[in-house]
Amino acid sequence: MHAALIQFIVIPVVKIAVILGVVLLVVAYLTFAERKILAYMQVRLGPNRVGPKGWLQPIADGLKLFVKEDLIPAKAEKAVFLLAPAMIMIPALLAFSVIPFAPATKLFGLLPKAIPPYVTDINIALLFVLGISSIGVYGIILGGWSSNNKFSLMGGLRSAAQMVSYEVPMGFAIIAVLLMARSLSLVQIVKAQQAAHLWFFVPGILALGIYFICGVAETNRNPFDLPEAESELVAGFHTEYSGMKFAFFFLAEYTNMLVVSSLATIMFFGGWLRPFPNVAWLSFLGVVPPVIWFAVKVAGFIFVYMWFRGTFPRYRFDQLMQVGWKWLIPLSLANLVIVGAGVLLVKG
Amino acid sequence: MNQYIPILIFTLIAISFPIITLLLAKLVRSGSPNAVKAEPYECGVKMPTTAYDTRFSIRYYLIAVLFVVFDVETIFLFPWAVMFDKLALFGFIEMVVFLAILLVGYIYAWRRGALEWA
Repeated sequence: MHAALIQFIVIPVVKIAVILGVVLLVVAYLTFAERKILAYMQVRLGPNRVGPKGWLQPIADGLKLFVKEDLIPAKAEKAVFLLAPAMIMIPALLAFSVIPFAPATKLFGLLPKAIPPYVTDINIALLFVLGISSIGVYGIILGGWSSNNKFSLMGGLRSAAQMVSYEVPMGFAIIAVLLMARSLSLVQIVKAQQAAHLWFFVPGILALGIYFICGVAETNRNPFDLPEAESELVAGFHTEYSGMKFAFFFLAEYTNMLVVSSLATIMFFGGWLRPFPNVAWLSFLGVVPPVIWFAVKVAGFIFVYMWFRGTFPRYRFDQLMQVGWKWLIPLSLANLVIVGAGVLLVKG
Repeated sequence: MNQYIPILIFTLIAISFPIITLLLAKLVRSGSPNAVKAEPYECGVKMPTTAYDTRFSIRYYLIAVLFVVFDVETIFLFPWAVMFDKLALFGFIEMVVFLAILLVGYIYAWRRGALEWA
């Protein structure tokens, strides 16, 4: 009984606390990184006043939002208005319950036996993440609708249409990975890449492209940030939100970026695996712990996100729908057939 | 089912996170509401109607219906992909036939203009 209590309650709670803490800290600093990177792309300095070189800026932003007045419009649907930010924040965080970022470890011999540092590994992990992240669209559409503001309503509707449209090609792109890995467990997908001595981005380069484009659209980021297109919709679905409720929308967007990047790393870039495990003169790469490899790969995807924002102009809504329905869906279906045939050929 | 217990704990913690944060913020945040602040963030003459009365394009419904059709198909493909090594060539041909049938519907929707947004 005592051992069961430790195994099922204490260890998970400790892991969850650490993971949530790290995720929220990383998300806070992603906002800082984005402002800095965008600034350098536009030949500016970016935030540099709060703390040394601006490093305390996210803390200051957080504190500011924390003590800001929290307005609820008089004609808003109050209960739904309160529910919406929570409905977008909770699923975004929940995805991290199955994302494996490192293999089982003894923490440099501190632990008697190796335990996995991620929260849990289930055999439907990928489906779980997809399902959980689709709940986020409710938060957006409910927030947009309940604000009782035309900009919010239009932003919410656009976002819903956009997210469901891009979920289809994303699903097809992911199925191409499943054909190669033949498991929905994220840990097994990484292990399949280890066993194959091949990261899936090589055979799945098209799937990676489709997945990442869809990932950018799903998180409502440039160049697909139509739901919050400030030149026409003020701030889209969160126009009426202020204070901490606005902060949840903001945090959820960056958390979702992190989820999309983590999944891309796991499915296409071997998760925590290091590159070139069989090349002798590169064996010094093994010194770097797996979690660092994972972080580096995720950071690469995050940088691409910010690069997109610094480079691409925004799509028009009909163009956005056209890309999703007329290009990505046929392309991802063709990719599915090609990968399927390829797997059949290789297996003989 | 043991590996689902941590997810349950995670869910409880994740749900409590926004609730606790909002309650804490309620204690410290400033607030002097007035009627003007509580108006919608829109400009111009105050509208007699609310945003709930606004009509929006029927195309949003169309997209939703198309999504349901295609997403069910995705769900159908997931178990197929996971069991692909057992199904082998037979499963592959079967799935190509399935996709071909679906492609007919897709082309029909395209030809009828369901994918146009104008």
